[in-house]
Amino acid sequence: MTIDQAAAAPAVPDEQSEPLGRSLIARTARRPEFGALIGAVAVYVFFLVTASGSGFTSVDGTASWLDTAAELGVVATPVALLLIAGEFDLSIGSVVGATSAIVAIGSGTYTMPQWASIPLAIGFGLAVGLVNGLVATRTNLPSFIVTLASSLVVGGGALGLSRALSGSTAVTLAPEPSVQAVFGSKAGQFQVSIVWWLAITVVAWWVLTRTRTGSWIYATGGAPDVARDAGVPTARVKVGLFMATSAGAALVGVLQTIAYSGGDVTRGSSFIFDGVIAAVIGGVLLQGGYGSTVGVLLGTATYGIVSIGIFYTGWNTDYAQLFLGALLLVAVMANNYFRKLALSGR
Amino acid sequence: MTTTTTDHSLIELRGVTQRFTGVTAVADVSLTVRPGQVLCLLGHNGAGKSTLIKILSGVYTPTEGTLSIDGEPVTLGGPRDALDRGIATVHQGAGTVPLMSVARNFFLGAEPTKGRGLLRRFDAATAGRIALEEIRQLGIRRIRDADQLVGTMSGGERQALVIARALHFGARVLILDEPTSALGVREAEIVLQAVESARDRGVAVVLITHQAHHALRVGDHFAVLAHGRLVASFARGEMEAAEVIDLMAGGTVMQELERKQA
Ligand SMILES: Nc1ncnc2c1ncn2[C@@H]1O[C@H](COP(=O)(O)OP(=O)(O)O)[C@@H](O)[C@H]1O
Ligand SMILES: [Mg+2]
Repeated sequence: MTIDQAAAAPAVPDEQSEPLGRSLIARTARRPEFGALIGAVAVYVFFLVTASGSGFTSVDGTASWLDTAAELGVVATPVALLLIAGEFDLSIGSVVGATSAIVAIGSGTYTMPQWASIPLAIGFGLAVGLVNGLVATRTNLPSFIVTLASSLVVGGGALGLSRALSGSTAVTLAPEPSVQAVFGSKAGQFQVSIVWWLAITVVAWWVLTRTRTGSWIYATGGAPDVARDAGVPTARVKVGLFMATSAGAALVGVLQTIAYSGGDVTRGSSFIFDGVIAAVIGGVLLQGGYGSTVGVLLGTATYGIVSIGIFYTGWNTDYAQLFLGALLLVAVMANNYFRKLALSGR
Repeated sequence: MTTTTTDHSLIELRGVTQRFTGVTAVADVSLTVRPGQVLCLLGHNGAGKSTLIKILSGVYTPTEGTLSIDGEPVTLGGPRDALDRGIATVHQGAGTVPLMSVARNFFLGAEPTKGRGLLRRFDAATAGRIALEEIRQLGIRRIRDADQLVGTMSGGERQALVIARALHFGARVLILDEPTSALGVREAEIVLQAVESARDRGVAVVLITHQAHHALRVGDHFAVLAHGRLVASFARGEMEAAEVIDLMAGGTVMQELERKQA
C-alpha cells in the first residue's frame, strides 16, 4: 500500500512480468466499471429469484427494463461525462419538460412541421447548455447553483408559456410516420430509445477512451490546475459537456413526446437525480476525474432492472426508491474503495 | 560523474531587481545559467528565490536589469513565451493527474493523434512508447505499462515523469522549485538522479532546495540569496561541504553574510 513498499517490492529484473492470468484478474478488478458489473449482476439475480415465474426474465419483461434504462441512459451518459469533468447539471429535468412542450405545442397546438419543432427543441437544449456552461465557467460559481437557477428559469418559463399558448401543461400530438420511425418505433416491446441509448454510449465511449478530448475531460475533473497548466482548454471542455447534457435531456423530451403521443412540461423532474444515481452506481466518482462509459451503461441498466424488477415482485413499487437509495450508498462507498485499489499499484 | 562544462551562458541576469509595492523581493542580482550545469538557489524563506525563478520563467518582467537568452537581451512575454524558448518550470507538487494513465499524463495538452475527421484519435501506442522510453532515460525502470494510472507511481517517480515530459518537449532550461521537499530519502534520490540525467544531456538546471545534502549532491554552482541580494556565489569545490551545510542551516557563515549585507 505505502509508497515505500511499492518502491521496495520491485527488486525484480526489468523484463519480468506478472503471470498473465493473475494480472488480468487484478486489472479487471481495478477498472472503474468492475463494481458496477457486480451491482448489475447482483440486482438481476435478486429479482430473478424474488420475482421468479412472474415474467421478469421474459422477452417483454426484459424489454420493459431496457426501455426504462434507455430513456434514462440517453441523458445519464452525458451527465456522467460532465460529472467526470467535475460539474453538475440540475437543469436537465426542466429541459426535458420544456423540449417536450416545444414539440407538442409547436406541432400539436400550432402547425409547425414536426421535423422543424424537433430540431428547434434540440437547439433549445444546446442553448440552455451553452448558457449554463458559460455562466459556470465565467463566474466560477458552483455549477450546482448555476444550473439550479437555470432549472427554475427554464421550468417556470416553460410552464407559464405552455399554459398561455395551449391552456394546459399537457398537449397531445399525433406523430408523423417518419418521426414515429426515428423516435417512437418499437420492435415488440423494445423501443427505439434503446438504439439511441446504445449509440450515445458508443460515442461517449469513443470520446472518453480514444480521443484527446477524453484525456481533457478526465484531467479537467481530476486535477483542474494541472490541466490548465498543460494547456487544456478546461472551460471549453466544460461548456461542451453542459451542451451535451442539455442536448441529451432535449432528446429525452423528444423521445417521450413521440413515444407517448403528447408532451408535458411537468414531465422530467425525476431525471435530475436519476442521471446522477445511474452514473454513481456505474462507478463515476462524485468528486470527478474517474469513471467509464461501460460503467454508466451498467449503472443505468441496474436502475432499469430495479425499477421494473420491483414491479414484477408484486411489492409496492415505492420500494424501488428504497432499493436505489441503498444501492447508491453502497456504490459511493465502493467507488472510493475501488479508487484506492486502482491507486494501490498494478 | 563528470559534467560537460561550457562557459557559454544560456540565461544571463544582469543587475536584476524586482520590486513589489513596498517590498524589494530581488535586488541587483546577476547570475549565469549554463547548459549542462546545475545551479542551486539557496536561502531562507522570503529570501527571494521563488521571485527570481518567476523572473526566469517569464511570470514577472524585472523592474530593473536585463535578462539575456543565448546572449540576446529579451523581455519574456509570459510563461508561455518562456516555454517556447525552452525554459520549463516545474512548480512544487508535481503536475500530474493521479487517476489518468502514464501515457495520457505525459502528453496532456499535446496529445499525438492519428486518423482524420471524426476518426481522429489519440495515438495511444505512440504516446505510451515515447512516455515509457523517456521516463526510462531518467532512470524510472519500474513502470512498464503506459496504461498504468500515474497515481500508482511514487512521488519521486511522478516528479521524474514531469521532468521527462519537460525534456521531451524541448526544455533547454529546467527550473525546479523544491522538487524534493515533500519526499522521503529514496524518493528524493529518484528525483536527483533525474536531475543528473537532465544535466548530462546538456540541459541547464536551476534547482531550489532546502536540503544541503541534495544541493551538494547535484550542484555545480551555488547562489545564496538573503533579503533579495546575492550574498554568495561559488562553484562546486570552492567551498567546504561543512561550510555549505552550515550556510544552509543559517549558522555562522550565513550570519556573517547577512551581517555584511545589512
Ligand atoms: N507578488 C508579490 N507581491 C508582494 N510581495 C511579494 C510577492 N511575491 C513575493 N513577495 C515578497 O518578496 C519576498 C521574497 O519572496 P519569495 O521570492 O517568495 O521568497 P522565497 O521563495 O525565497 O521564500 C518576500 O518578502 C515576499 O513576501
Ligand atoms: Mg519559495
